[in-house]
This record gives sequence, structure tokens and C-alpha cells, in this order.
Amino acid sequence: MQTSWKTTIQKISRRNEPYVFLVLLALCILIEIRSGQFFSSNNLVDIASALIVPGLFAIGAFLVIISGGIDVSFPALASLSVYATTKFLLDINYQGGVWLAFVIALSIGALLGAFNGLFIGYFKLPALIVTLGSSSVFKGIMQGALNSKQLTTIPVGMRAFGTSSLFIAKNPVSGLTARMPVASIAFVIVLILVYLMMRYTMFGRGIYGIGGSEVSAHRAGFGVRKTKFTLYVMVGMIASLAGVIRVCMMQQAHPTNMLGMELNIIAGVVLGGTAITGGRGTLLGCILGTLLIVIVENSLILIGVPTSWKSVFIGSLIIIGTGASAFQVMRMNRVKSIKIRSKEAF
Amino acid sequence: MAENLLKAEGIYKSFVGVQALKNVTFEIKPGEIHCLAGENGSGKSTLIKIISGVYAPDSGSMEFAGKKYEKITPIEAIKSGIQVIYQDFSVFPNLTVMENLAFNSELADRRKFVNWKRMRKIATEAIAKIDFKVDLDALVGSLTVAEKQMIAISRALMFNTKLIIMDEPTTALTKKEVGNLFNIILKLKERGIAILFVSHKLNEVFEISDFFTILRSGELVASGNTADLDAKKFSYFMTGREFTAKRFEAKNISSEPILETKNIGIEGSFQDVSFDLHKGEIIGITGLLDSGRTELALSLFGILPIDTGSFKINGKQVKITNPQTAVAHKIGYLPEDRLSEGLFLNQSIADNIIISEIDRLTVFAGVLDTKKRTDEIARWVKELSIATPNPENACQTLSGGNQQRIVLAKWLALNLDILVLNGPTVGVDIGSKHDIHEILQNLANEGLALIIISDDLPEVLENCSRILVMKAGRVVSDLDAAKADEQMILSYMM
Ligand SMILES: Nc1ncnc2c1ncn2[C@@H]1O[C@H](COP(=O)(O)OP(=O)(O)O)[C@@H](O)[C@H]1O
Ligand SMILES: [Mg+2]
Repeated sequence: MQTSWKTTIQKISRRNEPYVFLVLLALCILIEIRSGQFFSSNNLVDIASALIVPGLFAIGAFLVIISGGIDVSFPALASLSVYATTKFLLDINYQGGVWLAFVIALSIGALLGAFNGLFIGYFKLPALIVTLGSSSVFKGIMQGALNSKQLTTIPVGMRAFGTSSLFIAKNPVSGLTARMPVASIAFVIVLILVYLMMRYTMFGRGIYGIGGSEVSAHRAGFGVRKTKFTLYVMVGMIASLAGVIRVCMMQQAHPTNMLGMELNIIAGVVLGGTAITGGRGTLLGCILGTLLIVIVENSLILIGVPTSWKSVFIGSLIIIGTGASAFQVMRMNRVKSIKIRSKEAF
Repeated sequence: MAENLLKAEGIYKSFVGVQALKNVTFEIKPGEIHCLAGENGSGKSTLIKIISGVYAPDSGSMEFAGKKYEKITPIEAIKSGIQVIYQDFSVFPNLTVMENLAFNSELADRRKFVNWKRMRKIATEAIAKIDFKVDLDALVGSLTVAEKQMIAISRALMFNTKLIIMDEPTTALTKKEVGNLFNIILKLKERGIAILFVSHKLNEVFEISDFFTILRSGELVASGNTADLDAKKFSYFMTGREFTAKRFEAKNISSEPILETKNIGIEGSFQDVSFDLHKGEIIGITGLLDSGRTELALSLFGILPIDTGSFKINGKQVKITNPQTAVAHKIGYLPEDRLSEGLFLNQSIADNIIISEIDRLTVFAGVLDTKKRTDEIARWVKELSIATPNPENACQTLSGGNQQRIVLAKWLALNLDILVLNGPTVGVDIGSKHDIHEILQNLANEGLALIIISDDLPEVLENCSRILVMKAGRVVSDLDAAKADEQMILSYMM
């Protein structure tokens, strides 16, 4: 019994999640001590609400990285699909519910994702190159064909969805309030579905398998090309979902406002212990890492760190985080030392 | 006489410009252990791929388990009982042993959902078949090469397997692990499963196989009963050349030692190692994989600096703390894994040769003297007879033996006094191996001092004047090679 305890602890200590969790906790406590504001109900709800969009993006990025790829096109993809959707709905003067926005945006997202998936899965081109390229293409379409300008009003259904809340938290001391948006349900549902998919379907295990060794996956009988293609379609849809939620919550559609998010999102995923080389990582770690980034982005201000220092802070976190996982790999590969026998033994 | 399990007849296969197989006929019976041998590029892998359906032959026919095939598809091959274990074992290093074992059969059953209980059951049954004990929840990446191989074998046995094909299964195994593997192969044989394995290693072919087939340049040169084969015929069939193994005789040993080690050691690796090395001498260091022999080699070149003891070079006390100091004292090191440590595979052969003497070839501010460069390259290509149409070709176009010669050339260009070679002929075919041995012996007679670290006992016996046997971090005996034999060395090693 005792040994099994030991091995369990050993196994846990080799994973990244506990460390991320500890860093997260330390940061929260630090902010709480300095400001007394962190664990207030309104701040927690604010953070949860700020996590929705980055969280969805991170789930998509996580899936791609697990499969051994990388996607830098999701902000452009999300921007394009949600911008086109909003513009179209405004043009036809749509007065109905938000569902149509989701249907259209997710369809466009699937199509754009299929574009990535075709080149990466079927033509076997490197994911970084393809998504760098498609990112430019998506931006180009937005600026060229759609002549994108900021849309200051959005269709009524989207507006209503963006302002509806599950509950409102009120800080009894300061009187500040925070809303928990209905969109948080979408995030939780996606999270649960992706968790189940990764754990209980051969498709999900195939994504891990391909990330571990594509050749082995092929020989074992996984449909490598189809899996990758489907994966990018799926990721395109998740990104578009995030895009719609973002526009609804901001109550306006800004064509470039999401661009550039990819680096912090990928950083969060990697901080959470997902191996950039593919095959290794958990959804829990991915969310913890993203949460860490979100808190740094939103709460440093509470302890009086000027916003200009934010990127320095995030940068250091990334270096420490990735350094820690590199160190773990090194520790695992370290030359096993051998027992030197005493002279008398011979 | 038992029926053939597999008979492939008159197989031809060509790739653009290369005739990989010419009229090859191959048969194997149930429960037969059959060794397929041949130098690099002789067509072994191509033959395996035709049998397993990866390639379709240009012409020829195949019969397996009583059924005729024009060409077999990979799925038909698996369904009719052919399993291939590739050199990389086709494992997922990032997943658990359980998943690695269960995936193939789950996918073959076209399952869409994962049932972890069922997977555990499949995995448990799979390893039980060969009495293999392993933690099902361990990540495969953390296992040894031998354990990964066991996983591949257990996985292959899950299907109604009649023939298992293994491509170079022993290359990365220790002696003991090879022993285990052979025991398992013998057990499979008892169950009537035929085994086809690829190997260049003479002793393994003799130890385990019933029949052999040898290919050379895509043609069948010999096949038959292993009992009728001997070492001389084997190398002749492989290469088409006759070799007379020449036992090394040190001709001009310097009176003073060039290198003296005194009680050197590294915590956790080896301890109390003392020996003298003279110019003109070849010392062999042998031992099992975890005897400390590799660490000793690395310490001589400063990659793993010693923490106790001392070095003397030409009688003077020196410190070797990194490869730069080792090179400054005219010590060179040929690594065990030449591919990852010794060569820039994408760069040209020429650049690989001159990389270590690049300082000497520059005229001014880092600008290369091209005339000098060309001369130097031509000299080494000729001296070591590196077989290449053009030295500007990428290094990876060469065979293992030729790559090894380049690593050698790189060091010799520095006019060294001492050269440490770690496994100089691992993965090199017989012909090149013989040539490399000849080169090493000549180098010694020209006054170089050499240390060969190797577990290939015939190699050590043939090429060394003295042999140090290591065991558990210590040198347990210092033998005169002329008076030693394999049995004697083994008894010290084990
Ligand atoms: N897919 C391929 N395309 C072109 N040439 C190939 C291919 N596979 C093998 N060859 C060539 O066929 C010959 C036999 O190769 P192979 O069967 O791999 O030899 P071995 O396994 O005995 O080393 C070599 O000359 C090799 O270069
Ligand atoms: Mg081969």
C-alpha cells in the first residue's frame, strides 16, 4: 500500500498540472494580500467571464498541438467568420434569435477549418506554414472582399445574447457587480464534449496517437489524414464559436480586435503542460495555463503593476513554464547511474 | 515434409532506376526460423514489404497458407496472419502500454468508442501470451528498447498470426536482451509460428535460425540450411568478396606511453581505472552495456569529465575537462551513434570531412582557401576509399560503412595521437566492417594510439593488442589479445 502511495505521488510530481496550479494559487494569494480584492465574488465572476473566449480558443489550440500540429490562424479564422456573419445578418436586417448567427458562423468556421485541414491532412504540408498562410488569406478576404470596418451595432439577437446573464455577483463591500454571461454555458459544454471525445472515442485517442507517432498511427490503422482533416474542421468551428461569443459580449464587431491573440493562447496551453512536440498534455492543464494568463492579463492591475509590464510578466511565465517542462524531460532522460561494485565483490 | 507456409516465386521489383529485386524466390514453413541477410541496399526490406503487401511486385507470384495471390494487400496480409515488426516497433511513446497493445485490435474491430476496461483486458491477455511482465499504465516512452520490442511482439500475436517478420530486431539490444528475445522466438516456433528475421550478425544467424536466405544487389545468392553455412561462406555470399581476417599485430609500439590514466573514476559510472596506452597499440575495452565502458570512453574525450584520478599525456599531467581540451591534447573520439553525434547528415560529404580542420584551411578572417579544401577532401576520399560519385553530395546518401569512414576522415585530418572509437562498426555491413578494421590496423602501425570500445568480441579479438574487460564500473581484467578467446572474455564480463 505504502509503495503505491509513493508511486502515485511520484507520478503526479512528474506532471505539469500541479505546478501550474501552485503557481496559480500563489499568484491569487499574492493579489489577495496586496489588494484584498481577488477573492471577492465580483472579481471571480469577472475572471470566469474573461476566461470564456480565450478558453475556447485554447481548447482548439490544445487539440491541434496534441495532434503534433500548430495553428496560428484561429484568431483570423474567428474574425472572418464572425465578421461575415454579423455583416450578413445586418444586411438582411435580421431580427430573430442568436441561433442563426451561430449556425452561419460555425458553418463558415467549418469551411475555413476544412481549408487548413485539406492542406495539412491530405497534402501533408507543415501546419505552421499552412496556418501562417491561411491566416493571411483570411485577413485578406476580410479586408479586401468584405471591406471590413468596425460594425458598431450588431443584430438584436446577438445583442440580447451578449447582455443576458446567468446571475449577477455583487461585492457587498465595494458594491461592484459582475455578470456571469450565458455564453459561459457554451464554454462548459464544449469543454465537457472535448474531454469526453479525447478520453472515450477512438478519434480522440487517435489525435494523441498521431501526435506521438504519425507512422505508428498509420500502421495501427488510424485514418491519419481523415482524423487531421476532421480535427481542423472542428477547431475552425470552436474558434468561430468563440468569435461569435466575443462579438456578442463586446456588443460590436471589430475586424482586427482578436488578431494577435494566438501567441498568448498557445503560451497558456504550453504553460499548462501540453508538449509543443505533440502527443502529451491534458485538458485540465490547458485550462489552468489559460487561466493563469487570463489572471495575469486582468488582475495585475489590482496589485498596482502597470499594464505596460504585463507582457514582461507573461513572457517570464512562459520562459519559466516551458523551462520547467524541458527540465522534466531532461530529468526523465537522464543517464541512469550504475552501481559500482566494491573491489571485494569480484 | 511439411507444406510451405509461404512461397514467393520469381519476384521482381524495380523503383525508378533501381532494380531492387531480381527473380527472387523465397519459402518458409510453419515453425521455421528463417534469417534474411544481405548488405545494405540488397533488397531485404523491399522483399519484406512485398510479402506484407506494402509494395506490389512487378512480377512474380505469392502463395500464403494455401492461397495464391497475384499481389497481397496489407489488409489481406494481416488477415491471413502476416505481422511485421518494424525497426521502430511502431509504438506510441506518449501513450500507455495498455493503449499501445490494444489499439490495433480495437481498430481492426472498427470500434468508435473507448472502453478502458476492455482495453485493459486485451492488453493483459496480450502480454500473458509471452509471459511478459510490465506495468500496463507506464508510458511506453519510458521503457527500454527491449521492452518496446516485447510490446510489438505481444501486439503481433493478438491476431491469428502465422508468420512474424522482424526487421533487424537485435540492433539496439544488449546481449542479455538478445538472449530473451531468442527464447521468445523459440517459444513461438514451438507454437508453429514461422519467424523471418533480418540480421547481418553472423553469430545470431548461427545461433537461432534453421534456414537462411542471402540477397546481394537484389538477387538471391544463396539459401539453405544454416547448419551448412560457415563464417567464411556467409561473408562471401553477402559481399561477393573473399576476406581473410587479419589478426592485428602491433608492429611498432612506442617505448613510452602516450596516455596514462591513474585511478580515474566518475561517481555512479566507473571507478579506479588505470591503464597505459602506447603509440602503435590498439586497446580494446569491452563489457556489458551497463559496465561503464561508454562512460569511460566519454571521459577520455572530456564529454564526461572525471571526478577522481588523473591523466598523463606524454608523461605530463593534464586535465581533460571538455572535448576542446581533449582535441588540444590530440585526442579524437568516434561516437557510438555516428548519425546523431558525429555527422551533419544534410551537409555535403566534403564539408563533413573538413569541418574539424576548418581553422587550418582558412586564409584570412574566416575565408576558406578553396584550393586547399579541394585537395584535402580529395586526399581523404582516396585514402579511405569512400564510395561516392561526388564529394559534394549530402552525407545521408552514403551507406553506414561509408558514413563511418567520413567520421574517421574528419578526425584523421587533425593529425591526432590518440583516437577513441566507440562501437566503430555498429550497423555497418560486413564488407565495410572489414575495410574499417584494415584502416584501423594500418593507422596503428603508422603510429596512432587507438582505443576501441565494443561488445563485438570477434572485433575486439581481431583488432586489439590488449583487452580490458569491464564489469559493474571496474576493469576486471587486462588481457593479452593473442592469448584470449571469446569464452574467456565472456566469463569475465558476465
Ligand atoms: N521507395 C523506394 N524508392 C526508390 N528506391 C527504393 C525504395 N525502396 C528501396 N529502394 C532501393 O531499392 C534497393 C533495395 O533497398 P532495401 O530493400 O531497402 O534494401 P535493404 O533493406 O536490404 O537495405 C536500394 O537500392 C534502395 O535504394
Ligand atoms: Mg532495410
